[in-house]
Amino acid sequence: MAKAATKLNAPAKKPKVKAITVAMTGNAGCALAMKQINPDVVAAYPITPQTTIVEEFATYVANGAVDTEYVNVESEHSAMSACIGASAAGARVMTTTSSQGLALMWEELSIASAMRLPIVMHNVNRALSGPINIHCDHSDSMGARDMGWVQMFGETAQEAYDNTIIAIRVAEHEKVLLPVMIMHDGFITSHAIDRFDVLEDDVVKKFVGEYEPKQALLNIDDPKTFGPFAMPAYYFEQRRQLREALDGAKDIVLKVSKEYGKLTGRSYGLFEEYRLDDAHIAIVVMGSTAGTAKYVVDQARAKGIKVGLLKLRLFRPFPAAEIAEALSHLKAVAVMDRADSIGALGGPVYMEVKAALYNSKKRPHVQGYVYGLGGRDTGPDQIETVIDDLKKIARGTEAPREQVTFLGVKG
Amino acid sequence: MAEKTKMKWDIKDIDNWGWKKAPMGATIQEAGNAAYYKTGGWRTERPVLNNEKCTNCLICWISCPDASIMVNDAKMEGFDYDHCKGCGICSKVCAPKAIEMHPEGGEE
Repeated sequence: MAKAATKLNAPAKKPKVKAITVAMTGNAGCALAMKQINPDVVAAYPITPQTTIVEEFATYVANGAVDTEYVNVESEHSAMSACIGASAAGARVMTTTSSQGLALMWEELSIASAMRLPIVMHNVNRALSGPINIHCDHSDSMGARDMGWVQMFGETAQEAYDNTIIAIRVAEHEKVLLPVMIMHDGFITSHAIDRFDVLEDDVVKKFVGEYEPKQALLNIDDPKTFGPFAMPAYYFEQRRQLREALDGAKDIVLKVSKEYGKLTGRSYGLFEEYRLDDAHIAIVVMGSTAGTAKYVVDQARAKGIKVGLLKLRLFRPFPAAEIAEALSHLKAVAVMDRADSIGALGGPVYMEVKAALYNSKKRPHVQGYVYGLGGRDTGPDQIETVIDDLKKIARGTEAPREQVTFLGVKG
Repeated sequence: MAEKTKMKWDIKDIDNWGWKKAPMGATIQEAGNAAYYKTGGWRTERPVLNNEKCTNCLICWISCPDASIMVNDAKMEGFDYDHCKGCGICSKVCAPKAIEMHPEGGEE
């Protein structure tokens, strides 16, 4: 099995290329990455908290900093439709969205993956209505988790920037050829100014290379029909093939991330392990809350509590075997979801982690938590209660709860 | 049946292709394969030609949306039942009323 995890406390590798340290919001970092990628077509519609990505990118277009054909559309439904058309035509295509925008794209999302179009899209995580709310949770991208897209979550502005560049190579890899959705947390990562390192334009240009579509609608020397009808005699095989391609994306995410790591000194795996090796209990979390959780882990470690953390980066395809292996030595695991799968066992990450461990010979108790819905702050105090729960479950003084626990809800 | 276009893409056995062989993204790799897709099974009514009434005006041939009127040497020779969907346009436009629609599944 390929090495699936990176360790934050591993010594930083020396980068081969120059790093330019910037102070920028996560969204500005994503817009900068888009500028450096210089896609052929961007069709996007502004929506809070993604708006500043399209604003900044529109400035690059207006200033002639990119060659991109920027398509102003009347909705996200049209944005994704325009992206599909442009990508089928053979263009390198990017877009960005959030929440209701992603929801409006829903029917096109599945068409983009089924047509095997390597569109790269930011989804700046925001709660789905209702009630209407513009703040962070993961319910938007979780609603799209079965749409055949690669889904990568970032914790920081640095990761949002890096994931954008890595996503292009993953999407366009001949063994993948699938759309990629990159997430970062609305407002927390998107609007807070962070210090991080970016690459020079030429380095990004060289890393992403020229896009040569395998099949293109505008290749008049090899005309093909795109998006045809497939009756029961053909549909099932297409979906089976899609599953194979998405499962295969896992290795390509690792491969491209490794190459990116050699270049920049910043290595990413399918997930990040933090003080996990010798831990007895651990927290699994995605997105910006991983930063808070690492702080709480450090505090608990200082008190002698053997707690670790697994920060999931790649949610689709779900690295089930790798996660099961990484968690099998633990006594109890808490999975924190910033989305509820209403009516199901618990949050989506909880259910998948629990299912991934089911057939393992050794498996920890797994406890589910739903936190931070609609931008509710998740402070260290909430995560401390999670660690307290895990300690009791690991010691056997408390039985694991069947139902998920809602952190920070008033009641 | 209308003559099939000569294609490089061999799809004779397409109904038995496994998922590994199916084209990526369901793209149709080459033009000229519509003839392979038999739409005759959609029909609920079948056009039947009365040769004695037919004047070979070929209005039916012009009007047929599925190119299912078989013509040879400027003579109406019948219908391509593999592709005729039974829309009945030929019957409607036939001035000498030489084409009648008969229910499918009934007697000849």
